Amino acid sequence: MTFRPSVAVFDYGIGNLRSAQKALEFAGAEAFLTDDKSILEEADGVVLPGVGAFGRCAEALVESDLFVLAASMAEKAASGGKPFLGICVGMQLLYKGSDESVGVNGLGILNSQVKAIEGDVKIPQMQWNELKCDFTHPMLKGIEKNPWVYFVHGYSAPKTKESIAFCDYGTEVNAAVAVNNLWATQFHPEKSGETGIAILRNFLSLLESDRS
Amino acid sequence: MRVIRIIPCLDVDKGRVVKGVNFVDLRDAGDPVELASVYNQQGADEIVFLDITASSDSRETLYEVVRRTAEEIFIPFTVGGGIRSVEDARQILRLGADKVSLNTAAVLRPDLISDVANEFGNQCVVVAIDARRSDTTSCGFEVFTHGGREGTGLSLLEWAQKAVEKGAGEILLTSMDRDGTKDGFDIEMLKTVSQVTSVPLIASGGAGGAKDMADGALLGGADALLAASIFHFGEMTVPEVRKELLKAGLTVRGA
Repeated sequence: MTFRPSVAVFDYGIGNLRSAQKALEFAGAEAFLTDDKSILEEADGVVLPGVGAFGRCAEALVESDLFVLAASMAEKAASGGKPFLGICVGMQLLYKGSDESVGVNGLGILNSQVKAIEGDVKIPQMQWNELKCDFTHPMLKGIEKNPWVYFVHGYSAPKTKESIAFCDYGTEVNAAVAVNNLWATQFHPEKSGETGIAILRNFLSLLESDRS
Repeated sequence: MRVIRIIPCLDVDKGRVVKGVNFVDLRDAGDPVELASVYNQQGADEIVFLDITASSDSRETLYEVVRRTAEEIFIPFTVGGGIRSVEDARQILRLGADKVSLNTAAVLRPDLISDVANEFGNQCVVVAIDARRSDTTSCGFEVFTHGGREGTGLSLLEWAQKAVEKGAGEILLTSMDRDGTKDGFDIEMLKTVSQVTSVPLIASGGAGGAKDMADGALLGGADALLAASIFHFGEMTVPEVRKELLKAGLTVRGA
């Protein structure tokens, strides 16, 4: 029997998380939405999705009493612990804060501030865009031929040494970061067709190699 | 980089895809999930489902369509028709849709837009506007509701601006005069909105061929191009539209 890694998706009362769960299942995981801390801790990997405003997502994490757990799991992943994938606002939450919701704390794993997209472009970026990246990174392996993914965001994290993928929108926008087993994408892999599924499969491979 | 989206639209009536002309004379065009899957394989950038009956007894059928689609298709999809409350929106999103489209209920109660946007984010809220040419409003276009059956006296320009102020993440603008006619998008109508609003504009109503689609973006300023009948009845495929957009100098996914 093939190994189906278990992936727990943080269910903290925001937006539509079902699509992330469905895509993870399609990619080969046993995926579930949960706000149960023990289930999150026991899964082979976790996913922190996020849609809408930064402040609302951060507050919802606090209200569902998952903020501290998310921070500690992300921090551990960054030093090689259980794999953690942040998606969209779930990526932005890894930072200290965002200009979208001044005064609201992010998880603070990455030491920068999320800022509004600049340039003469429509906000939000709501479209497919092409990734420019290092295709040898484990997150992006095998997607060389069609690196188009779907974005919906008005804010983005600055480019730092953790950035592994970019897209061109007004300026060069930070599209993905990775620190050890802490991965995050500004785009929505669960909505990016086959390319997105390939990225989710890469995340599941990380879970497998992490386990063995 | 502005990348133009190609969006097949499926008008759903009692669980089947239908298509009419000028909002009447409906013809059966197939199973919504099967069609969505075909468009997904062709490389459609998004899918829109509009439940055109939106009566209470058809809700369960629509939910089933949304649920089945979410299992099979991993590109963004929007669902509209009969969404009157935050709870209606939640139900649709919980089943796996990515965005909800609001129309009549938003005209009747504009705060519905902000309510849904505050709950799920602006990116989740598409405000669909059905409009036709009219001398009664200052911009020359009047907004209609109830599937195009009722005039509101509202000016398209004012309503579009108000919808964006209230938190619409996108405007889906349908020309009732052009709907199903294949005479091309109403470019003037598109410009009326694209020149003043900051959010993405989806052109709808009248695309008869790939060139019409390109014109919607080039001349009308639309960010996304929606069509129904020409896709359903096999007159045009998504790759053909993509090729035409590229030829016109526009950027599309995968090229």
